[in-house]
Amino acid sequence: MFAIDYHDHGTAAPLAGAPVTLQIDGHEVTVPAGTSLMRAAALAGIDVPKLCATDTLKAFGSCRLCLVQVEGRKGYPASCTTLAEAGMKVRTQSPDLQRLRRGVIDLYVSDHPLECDDCAANGHCELQSMAAVVGVTQTSYARGAMHRPLAVDRSNPYFEFDPQLCIVCSRCVRACDEVQGTFALTVQSRGFASKIAASEDRPFLESECVSCGACVEACPTAALSEKSLAHGKARERAVTTTCAYCGVGCSFTAEVGGTAEAPEVVRMVPNRNGHANHGHACVKGRFAYGYAMHSDRQLKPMIRKSIRESWREVSWDEAIAYAASEIRRVQAKYGRDAVGGITSSRCTNEETFLVQKLVRAAFGTNNVDTCARVCHSPTGYGLKSTLGESAGTQAFTSVSQTDVILLIGANPTDGHPVFASQMKQRLREGAKLIVIDPRAIGLVRSPHVTADFHLQLRPGTNVAMLNALAHVVVTEGLTREQYVAERCEVPSYERWKAFVSEPHNSPEALAEVTGVPAEQVRRAARLYATGGNGAIYYGLGVTEHSQGSTAVMALANLAMATGNLGREGVGVNPLRGQNNVQGSCDMGSFPHEFSGYRHVSDPAVRALFEQAWGVKLDPEPGLRIPNMFEAALDGTFRAMYVQGEDFVQSDPDTHHVTHAMEAMECVIVQDLFLNETAQFAHVFLPGSSFLEKDGTFTNAERRISRVRQIIPPRAGYADWEVTMLLSNALGYPMNYRHPAEIMDEIARLTPTFEGVSYAKLDRLGSIQWPCNEAAPEGTPTMHVGQFVRGKGRFYTTEYVPTSERVNSRFPLILTTGRILSQYNVGAQTRRTDNVVWHEEDLLEIHPHDAETRGIADGDWVGLTSRTGETVLRARVSERIAPGVVYTTFHFPQTQANIVTTENSDWATNCPEYKVTAVEVVRITQAEAWRARAAQERAAGSSRQPVHA
Amino acid sequence: MNIDLLTKMANEISAFFATESPPDQAAQDVAQHLRRFWEPRMRRQIIAHVREHGGAGLTDLARRGVETLAAGESDGA
Repeated sequence: MFAIDYHDHGTAAPLAGAPVTLQIDGHEVTVPAGTSLMRAAALAGIDVPKLCATDTLKAFGSCRLCLVQVEGRKGYPASCTTLAEAGMKVRTQSPDLQRLRRGVIDLYVSDHPLECDDCAANGHCELQSMAAVVGVTQTSYARGAMHRPLAVDRSNPYFEFDPQLCIVCSRCVRACDEVQGTFALTVQSRGFASKIAASEDRPFLESECVSCGACVEACPTAALSEKSLAHGKARERAVTTTCAYCGVGCSFTAEVGGTAEAPEVVRMVPNRNGHANHGHACVKGRFAYGYAMHSDRQLKPMIRKSIRESWREVSWDEAIAYAASEIRRVQAKYGRDAVGGITSSRCTNEETFLVQKLVRAAFGTNNVDTCARVCHSPTGYGLKSTLGESAGTQAFTSVSQTDVILLIGANPTDGHPVFASQMKQRLREGAKLIVIDPRAIGLVRSPHVTADFHLQLRPGTNVAMLNALAHVVVTEGLTREQYVAERCEVPSYERWKAFVSEPHNSPEALAEVTGVPAEQVRRAARLYATGGNGAIYYGLGVTEHSQGSTAVMALANLAMATGNLGREGVGVNPLRGQNNVQGSCDMGSFPHEFSGYRHVSDPAVRALFEQAWGVKLDPEPGLRIPNMFEAALDGTFRAMYVQGEDFVQSDPDTHHVTHAMEAMECVIVQDLFLNETAQFAHVFLPGSSFLEKDGTFTNAERRISRVRQIIPPRAGYADWEVTMLLSNALGYPMNYRHPAEIMDEIARLTPTFEGVSYAKLDRLGSIQWPCNEAAPEGTPTMHVGQFVRGKGRFYTTEYVPTSERVNSRFPLILTTGRILSQYNVGAQTRRTDNVVWHEEDLLEIHPHDAETRGIADGDWVGLTSRTGETVLRARVSERIAPGVVYTTFHFPQTQANIVTTENSDWATNCPEYKVTAVEVVRITQAEAWRARAAQERAAGSSRQPVHA
Repeated sequence: MNIDLLTKMANEISAFFATESPPDQAAQDVAQHLRRFWEPRMRRQIIAHVREHGGAGLTDLARRGVETLAAGESDGA
């Protein structure tokens, strides 16, 4: 059912069209050509009765309730499928229409229970509303057959299907097909036997359903309804906010009930006016928000002198005072630069900005970094170097004009599911798809989508592959020479052309390296270069390598050389992992730059911030996260403030990280939960979830969207307020009354945010930066006309193999990723019912590798690398190639990062998560194996900390 | 900090500029990268490694990059 504040228009708005004027019930209406009569009427304030229509789906014309009369035409056309024409005179009400509609509704209610008072949809049921509109209170078909009794399918943790309430309008089936693109539902059988079935009539939980909830929202009755609506929970108000999961940044309407003192989120409904998601959602965003109320939330501040002591709950005042005194004590003892801070890509822009300001201005050091270090820092470096801006180039809607999608190192159906659905819509319309990935991701083959090429390369060979593609583009004369001549630095282009043309970069020469046949590479390159609008989408499979930055540059090179930048339908688009990766980077979280990606060594920029903040700022770059660990082991880094980041679980080479953390004298963790990093903390400050605070997130398309407080902070303070408390205790006053004031400061200090304000965000809904005098309402497409840096810069991208090599002891390559139902380190999703889909990390292993090791599906296996070992269950799968294994890192019990190495990207130190040489052995005593591994870990590290 | 790790990082930076930059520019580009992205104590340590140990383990370009860096650092090692 619709969100409580939503007025459905029945059919979607046409993309564009010349205005046409017609009359509806005597009112003159002007709409774009292509608008349905139903929508035109709705826009004129006239709601035509309907049941099978809703404006996220194509017109279907099956319920026959929306019939109208058109002067001069025979019959009663369906208003949902009849388009407005100039001069039309339309009647939506007449005795004939009323008679017809009553007949339709009479038939519907003849097979629908009328015990509305006990129904979850009571008051919001469209059948109930339509019956009232046409004046039907009971059926005239007294003794007809009925679909009763039928069992309710309650298998899905979040929604249930009651077939007795189903009117077989097909909205759920069409939502699954058209919006989500999973095709899990169908109308089974014919006539009276027709019924909605998931997969081959399986319970929803066992079907192909991905629980996006589009069917539930599309259902006009309570046949499909959220379990949260059971027991008649009232929804009193609607608040528009932004999802706190992935980088798609879906807009949601939170429906809130409860009491004024204890408000409660009853339901999250994707915002149909949301600019990123257009009314769609995934299982995480729509359903998995319950972690905010989980009993594991630590709601009291705590302190302890040593990590070997027990925690002691204290007041906020005591915790803040202790934290501040420890920061100052460490600085007095070890020097100003012995402290630092970590901002979070899960927190708001305003909170991130404040943490980096706290570190630079109050701590007096540039030792600030963000968790984006370990995911997309190479994107910032690579795109800034080549194009001039550290961000993706397009809006998500751009994909609707793409002819060829080149998808590399990303798995959108799992990692960015709502954008994946947009991609799949375009692919079903005929766009071509090139997938470059070691694993057969969902988009390689899914219903009505098949990749034209799946270049299943060996992990760690992205740059070789991209050079091979470039070789074909250049040597076969597929470049856009005029575009390059006008828009790029020609000398760099000539150097690059000469480089990629060298024989060692040919697909034939590199086939041995990548493992991909040359002919496939050649054909894929031709398709990208000549197939029309070519758009590159990529993820952490590109960045999390020792050549992550080089690969990003190679992608930009390809796009420039083929003229695929600077308009809709093309571009280079990083799919950001967490909700605010883009924003945390924009806000100056990196140790070498202020907000807006301006280097700390620039005197003019520094002077701007010094004047605004009233302190002298350090002109030197600070420590990055991995550098902080090294400095901790070295004895020169002793205290840190960590907001919303769990690097003990998420960062590579866990053993190394924990030894560094053990060397720290003061670790201040601010989080929702006592996470893995909190084991090494001395101060714990309760965090606030996205439901508990105001602010903004910036998604992967540079879109700034409001986060709005729905419930009060459960621990008393929003995260930005906690940072202020700490700053004030350190003697550096911060006195913002609302995050809007922080955004005003960001806008004053950051050219790309110059025109951003909460008032404008409220007016426009969202804004894509740059937003300034030249682009007062934002910039959907970057680099139009010219690149941000002026001329585009090509870089030569020599392939350098990673130092992480397989050998006889570690003969397999481990690569890591994520799955749909879990998110990042799982702190949120593990505390929701999403665990029914994925309750543990699994190791995917090819049948050949499994067989040679005597491993069967479901067996416990030991996973060993040069840095550590862990235990998990095997899943035998052909999704990965022989010689490669794959796992996720969602569960601390597995701690997959025990085995990953400290190798990192040459330019940014982004860890090389995607390539680890490992061996896998079948084991029978999982717990004993795990205990032995833990003992060995505790026994010593290759690098012990230096204690003062 | 661990000098082996700093050496490895410097070599990987140099591997990029070895092909990207013109030969007479590569050491300068390595130095600039170190200056822009390495925290001062890391720079001091790699400079000291070159001065005191001849930059053992560094590639030729990495060593020259560090020497160029050292020449540009106002306070030297």
